[in-house]
Amino acid sequence: MSADAHHHEPGFVGKYIFSMDHKMIAKQFLWLGLVGLAVGGLMAMLMRWNLANPGEAVPLVGNMLFPDSGGVIPPDAYASLFTMHGTIMIFFAITPLLIGCFGNFCIPLMIGARDMVFPLLNMLSFWTAALASVFMFGSIFVPLGGAASGWTAYPTLSTNVGLPGLGMTMWVVAIFLIGTSSIMGAVNYITTVIRLRAPGMGYFDMPLTVWGLWLTAILNALFVPVIAAAMVLLFFDRVFGTQFFAAGSAVVDGTGDPILYQHLFWIFGHPEVYILILPAWGVVSDLLSFFSRKPAYGYKITALGMTAVTVLSAVVYGHHMFSTGLSPLLGQSFMVLTMIISVPAEIFFLNWLHTIWKGRIRMATPMLFSLGVVFVFGLGGLTGLYLASISTDLYLHDTYFVVGHFHLTMAAAAFLGFFAGLYYWFPKFTGRMLNENLGKIHFAGSIITITIVFCGMLLQGWAGMHRRIYDHSVYTYLQHLAPMTNIITHSALTLGFFQLFFVVNFFRSWFAGEKAPENPWQVGTLEWATSNPIPHGNFEHIPVVFRGPHEFNNPDYAHLGRDWVAQWEQLPGDPSPEERIASTHVPAPQAAHS
Amino acid sequence: MSAPGAVVAAPEGLHDREFGPANAGKVGMWIYLVTDAMTFGGLLIAYASLRRMGNWPDPAEELGITISSVATFILICSSVSMVMAIRGAEMANRKALLGWLGATIAGGVIFLGIQYYEYNHLVHHGLGFTTMEHGNNLFGSTFYAITGFHGLHVLSGVIYLTVIWIKSLNGRYDGDASHVEIVGLFWHFVDLIWILVFTFIYLL
Repeated sequence: MSADAHHHEPGFVGKYIFSMDHKMIAKQFLWLGLVGLAVGGLMAMLMRWNLANPGEAVPLVGNMLFPDSGGVIPPDAYASLFTMHGTIMIFFAITPLLIGCFGNFCIPLMIGARDMVFPLLNMLSFWTAALASVFMFGSIFVPLGGAASGWTAYPTLSTNVGLPGLGMTMWVVAIFLIGTSSIMGAVNYITTVIRLRAPGMGYFDMPLTVWGLWLTAILNALFVPVIAAAMVLLFFDRVFGTQFFAAGSAVVDGTGDPILYQHLFWIFGHPEVYILILPAWGVVSDLLSFFSRKPAYGYKITALGMTAVTVLSAVVYGHHMFSTGLSPLLGQSFMVLTMIISVPAEIFFLNWLHTIWKGRIRMATPMLFSLGVVFVFGLGGLTGLYLASISTDLYLHDTYFVVGHFHLTMAAAAFLGFFAGLYYWFPKFTGRMLNENLGKIHFAGSIITITIVFCGMLLQGWAGMHRRIYDHSVYTYLQHLAPMTNIITHSALTLGFFQLFFVVNFFRSWFAGEKAPENPWQVGTLEWATSNPIPHGNFEHIPVVFRGPHEFNNPDYAHLGRDWVAQWEQLPGDPSPEERIASTHVPAPQAAHS
Repeated sequence: MSAPGAVVAAPEGLHDREFGPANAGKVGMWIYLVTDAMTFGGLLIAYASLRRMGNWPDPAEELGITISSVATFILICSSVSMVMAIRGAEMANRKALLGWLGATIAGGVIFLGIQYYEYNHLVHHGLGFTTMEHGNNLFGSTFYAITGFHGLHVLSGVIYLTVIWIKSLNGRYDGDASHVEIVGLFWHFVDLIWILVFTFIYLL
């Protein structure tokens, strides 16, 4: 149904706007995500300015953005900034970039399919996300301002008592819509991987990128509906005046339960952090092997390790709620489960190190970014143990330690993973290479500043710096941390500056970059089996797959005169195509039904 | 450095081993149903948690179970007629297919009609969405939110079934039950969810 449904030549609207081609939808998600990344990043810069220089007008843009306060960020705008920064970065930057863009682009190409299995659903998924972004970005401009409850939107902050404005309601609608978009994407991705793998490709012949994206889709399909349910109830509370999340108090009546919201939120929210990082794990697992010219060490174990994390991620959410008065028995269970989840994570982390060990490493930009992921994810992962343990979490929970930890793991690691993938697949995307020198400057500038910013936050948090305060200078016991705040802010602004190298590189290369060779990285996964630009329907012939994705420096094939073998190559000693096909596929039954 | 060998072209239209003849639409519908089950799961967890907080009226007394039992019975019957419709499509018996599909649609419409009547009746007797005259406001809120969400599913199912019914008119599904089966999966799911909702909200 997917292959022949749209083989005619579409018009402009059909080709660029309401496109059902997975490659075009991937590009649409890419642009949406880059806009989100820019907006979310600039919001972070504003917040950092305010933290280092409380009460001082923001230079250059201050008077334009905050005319009423003479360019100073007022407290309510600050609360809105950090809410929108978190929400936009998670749902309108990482989600469209790593899941929407890479998912759409890589899954069909890497498994040898002509398109997604449901192209129409795919298009709807993007346009639902676009509609959601209208609500989300529009909510900033309505009277009383945008959402300001933190990205978690805990009641009572997020109810009409805390935030009576329309902006918060629009935020709730936007999250519901982006969730719907994610679910549509997830159903599509899971089914595509199940149904459309090229003949000969078993699950353990798939690139780890596809594994990561597939597991992400499974988590999306399972847990996004729960946040959708919570958002519906929150919407009723705000618009119709129900009291699902409103507990009675002196000023408000109600018999509901605000903690219930936190449970519903984190049932989704914890898997969500793995939803965001799994695609990056997959990309990195592949790229480390590709650029070390070695097979991925323990490929199967890495795939199963990621699966184990996926399964365990469903049962650890309580560690976000240690400070809510959770029953100690429940708290301890969640603590133990959370510590257990680090075991499979460590296993594939060690696999990564084994993969690069004694490899013939090629230090191209995608490899640098992949090594960056290994570094920041290692740091972030280790600091997670302090937060998993109840006794230390109670002290650290409301400090910058948490901010540093989750930015290292799911923000820095996810975005570095995105850049690794973008530098790697850009030739397939556009037929042109990104500039290596600009890429290396971009990487060096980013990794150094990221380390200073988020490790600085870890240190500040350890020293007791609270994470939700507008102006730290009014607390005497925090004043000695001001120099550190300054360093972090300067590093954060420098980090923002270094992204300009990427912006220049991206636009210049998209339109006028060096033409890419057919297989620039000398890698044998299926996306390199097709020509550039990729024809409609991706492949002239669907290839038969003869081996796994990481066949490098195999002594059996030394006579070929190259250090890699493609997945689609039939070499002496391989089984016949019929045997390979029969190992994964069966002929269609004669009767057309079921 | 030599270039890699050419692609060995695979025949298209094969089925994978694990899922055999189950087509993509069917696999996709199953995954969607898991997703949908999680949404209801979220709502029912919320319901259980709020109810546990106490001061909960006796549902059977407040809601009355006579008319809703009739609705439940009709919905279960419509699942039976759905099975018969698939049978009709498999046997290429267009008359049976259209007739049983029509009966299923009628079951759904009657269910929605009963739900509409019931809502009117309850609102009239003081059970609103946000307020309850004698008792916990959340009793009404959870009742309308969950049964309303389910009602939306029945409505979607009726629309979906009607589309399939119209497409069946010109014999599109004679001998090819796959699309009828997929709508059937959705319909049975809606029915199954109602049995859970009916148990938790009306009976327990």
